[in-house]
Amino acid sequence: MWPNKFDYQRAESVDQALELIGDEGKFLAGGHSLLPVMKLRLSAPEQLVDIGRIDSLRGISADGGLTIGATATHAEIAASGDVQSMCGALADACGGVGDQAVRNFGTIGGNIAHADPASDPPTVLVAAGASVNIQGSDGSRSVGAEEFFVDLFETALEDGELITSVSVPDLSGQKTAYAKFPHPASRYAIVGVAVALSMDGDTCTGASVAVGGATVKAVKCAGAEAALAGSSLDDAALNAAADMAKADIADWLAGDVAYPESYRQQMAGVYLKRAVKAAAG
Amino acid sequence: MSTRIFGSGIKRREDPRLITGEARYTDDIKLPGVLHMAVVRSPYAHANIVSIDSSAAEAMDGVVAVFTGEDVDLAGIPTAWLIPDSDLKTPEHPALAKGKVRYVGDGVAIVLADDRYTAQDAADVVDVEYEELPVVVDPEAAAQDGAPQLFDDVENNIAFRWVMGDKTASDGVFNTADVVVRDKIVQQRLLPTAMEPRSAMAQYNPATQELTLWCTSQNPHIHRFIISAVTGLNENKVRVIAPEVGGGFGSKIPCYPDEALVSWAAIKLGQPVKWTETRSENYQITIHGRDHIQYVEMAASRDGKLLGVRATVYAGMGGYLSTAAPGIPTILHGLLYVGPYMMDSVYCESIGVMTNATPTDAYRGAGRPEATFLLERMVDMVAKRIDMDPAELRRMNLIPAFEDGHEVATTLIYDSGDYPAAFEKALGIAGYDDFRREQAEARGDGRYLGIGITAYTEMCGLGPSQVAGAVGFQGGLWESATVRVTPTGKVQALIGASPHGQGSETTLAQIIGDELGFPVDDIEVIHGDTTETPMGWGTYGSRTTPVTGAALAKASQKLKEKARVLAAHLMEAAVEDIEYADGSFSVKGSPDQSQSIQDVALMAHLAWNMPEGMDPGFEESQFYDPPNFVYPFGTHIAIVEVDANTGDIELKRYIAVDDCGPQINPEIVAGQIHGGVVQGIAQALCEGVIYDDNGQLLTGTMMDYTMPRADMFPNFELGETVTPSPHHPIGVKGVGETGTIASTPTVYNAVLDALTPFGVEGIDMPMTSAKVWQAIQSAQS
Repeated sequence: MWPNKFDYQRAESVDQALELIGDEGKFLAGGHSLLPVMKLRLSAPEQLVDIGRIDSLRGISADGGLTIGATATHAEIAASGDVQSMCGALADACGGVGDQAVRNFGTIGGNIAHADPASDPPTVLVAAGASVNIQGSDGSRSVGAEEFFVDLFETALEDGELITSVSVPDLSGQKTAYAKFPHPASRYAIVGVAVALSMDGDTCTGASVAVGGATVKAVKCAGAEAALAGSSLDDAALNAAADMAKADIADWLAGDVAYPESYRQQMAGVYLKRAVKAAAG
Repeated sequence: MSTRIFGSGIKRREDPRLITGEARYTDDIKLPGVLHMAVVRSPYAHANIVSIDSSAAEAMDGVVAVFTGEDVDLAGIPTAWLIPDSDLKTPEHPALAKGKVRYVGDGVAIVLADDRYTAQDAADVVDVEYEELPVVVDPEAAAQDGAPQLFDDVENNIAFRWVMGDKTASDGVFNTADVVVRDKIVQQRLLPTAMEPRSAMAQYNPATQELTLWCTSQNPHIHRFIISAVTGLNENKVRVIAPEVGGGFGSKIPCYPDEALVSWAAIKLGQPVKWTETRSENYQITIHGRDHIQYVEMAASRDGKLLGVRATVYAGMGGYLSTAAPGIPTILHGLLYVGPYMMDSVYCESIGVMTNATPTDAYRGAGRPEATFLLERMVDMVAKRIDMDPAELRRMNLIPAFEDGHEVATTLIYDSGDYPAAFEKALGIAGYDDFRREQAEARGDGRYLGIGITAYTEMCGLGPSQVAGAVGFQGGLWESATVRVTPTGKVQALIGASPHGQGSETTLAQIIGDELGFPVDDIEVIHGDTTETPMGWGTYGSRTTPVTGAALAKASQKLKEKARVLAAHLMEAAVEDIEYADGSFSVKGSPDQSQSIQDVALMAHLAWNMPEGMDPGFEESQFYDPPNFVYPFGTHIAIVEVDANTGDIELKRYIAVDDCGPQINPEIVAGQIHGGVVQGIAQALCEGVIYDDNGQLLTGTMMDYTMPRADMFPNFELGETVTPSPHHPIGVKGVGETGTIASTPTVYNAVLDALTPFGVEGIDMPMTSAKVWQAIQSAQS
């Protein structure tokens, strides 16, 4: 609970933030991923560069799709009417991160940069086909969410790069949902399943599915998507999709002593069905 | 006639300062020149210390000193419950490890620095070289030949072997019984998790040679004599102050090395020294609870008469024997083996085993939950075996109502009880028969509902000092109190006990107000400072209301008698003609002539006109040694639903009917039951320490260790019956632990009842969704 010594500077702009961040520095926004590990002395950055007051990183805009600033808080996203209409699953997922205090401080940028495999937003971003907008000293780039999350606590971010925003397509024509089985202690996901369904009447014409919590990163589930597409989302299709989801994540499983991989894998199937029912419901 | 304050659910007077953050805890107290202590703790569960190099730490700016176990000349931290006839070994517990560490977190050095950060930074660079030794954390494994040995003088790590009952007689019962059921029950380790972590600050005054220790203590007078013993200071030169203490649940009974170390360092360095544990330290070094491996059997007749229970218990003690540890799995455990049932045969062999884990000690309920659980588990197993409804089996075996003493096979004499009344009341609230119909219908729909019932009694209000002595407790168990009334009629009640969240400042004031007629807002209950307060043995074992409450009631009654005589004198009436009502004395037949209790108090202080032979002043003290324990009782019922797809458990209803005698403050009683029930259910469903094979604590933070949360629980449905204790001046019994004692088996049995269609026989606690789901899969395959 007593972090190592560190220096602190506040950046006024993205350019200044990129200048200030050294080899051993970390960007600080809401601090709800970084500060806990610093307090446990599991991380000891020598320098924190506070990006929390850079205007260009804030806010949520909707123009044919969502652009969510890196320092938009979970609470802002959960409460945003634009997010609720264009990607309801993301609003729901952000509304279930931590507790109210965490949601009021924690930011989407900090959340995905930390890349905790059991966190909720990454799973929805992968299912939604979102992309992460990144600024470095050499320029900017955009990385699809699926590629952005590389492995356990590992992302496509290079040293010194800063997430500026997240782009989420307008999914208002689809049905989205995020179904989460929270760990009773941490309330992180034991498993979280995000789905986005295109429907034509009772027929599912296309599906996007991602699983997190049970895995080292949010995993896109092509097999489950194929099982749902073209179906009427009947029990047989749901059971097939659940089985496929379990296979889709087989190479990426994660677990702990209380909730082992095998259990989480099975629960991915159960929660896939719950997510589809919630979306179609 | 005003409403009687006794029995009134007035708000807790403690709460405003607690809720607004104005309460002052140990860590809030600032002293000029204070040094901060950080403890270098072993990362290994079992290792020899090869060398300690503190040079880098000592060289840091702001570091005042670094000391190791070789530097610290304190006596060992004592064990204070020496169970007789148990071949008890009390291995030395140095304040800092000497040569060897025995659990992760065992202190090897202390750093004293100008601030908290520097102390921690310096502790991180103290270079300790260890030679790792084999580790054992399982208490049964630790007691076997060939297990790693923690102490040279504790063979097979067995610190004691305590036997209750007649083995031959017990064997006779079990050999001839129609039915014997048996199970291995693991009472997992639990973390007490008081909201306030432990903290200690010491200041030594060389001019007066007095040491003042502020610390998180449930029993400052016990801390005083232990600190006196380990430092060598005379007890009258040690002042221990427990300021606001934010919960304990037993974890603040023991005297730990940390309190001794700040005391030693403050004397050594001539500066005040403070230490406050982090939550990580709290989980690693503050005592854990439970940790039993029990082999339990129950014998019964085919038609449902319970004949006997017997158990072999391996109780994990951890790396050292904590202050009261040996008493928990023995006296406070085995003596509860009869419970509320007519059962004539009990036998217990409890083996206390040293393990490479955090020391264990009293945790809310302390031995009694572990006994109640095994009884109730066995009763359900008997019911299943003989195909009898578990409610009916309990009903036919409950001890009938008694008002003044009932001796049971464990030799205890229960004070009073009406178990059938509480039992039927709880079943009535639950609608038991209707539930069984609902359950059958739900199963038809693929929904799995279950019900669990616990009938219990427990012994608390510890207790007669003669018994304490007979069972090796190194202290008395009486309490003392002074009721002091100022000239202006305001009351200070000074007590030796040390409440830390129970609402006793309110409850005890109600007792005094009820006896003497002072408005409760005019009564201050003062506790926690060994210099301000009279001797007392502390707040634990649900004893403060029954024992301190009795002392206060009797002191108040003495004052009232003095007041009556003085009032008669002042009104020139005969004492026999004085009537008392609502804090006012009047003369029979002349109601217009009266003296209020405040008037009398003033006149006693002025002493201008005293009756012949009466001393001035308005203050009385009372020592109270209870003649027996008190035995609250009741019946709890839980209704759960299990999601067979995930193993998730929903607690749908929880009914608690408890009898703690007359309730002084029903709101506080309800609060105690709520909290206790939550902690007990948490043991069944979510809390549990996990160590790996190397003795590393895997549940070291609240991210991994599942504390119960409000959203796990329905609104509790409470009911009560009222059976006064016959031996108590105001009839009251303790209620601090009943919830924890009753609720764990209630919910556990409810879950197993829900899983009956799957044939699940048992699940180790905590019954996480993963374990429940796995049990369903295993039973079906």
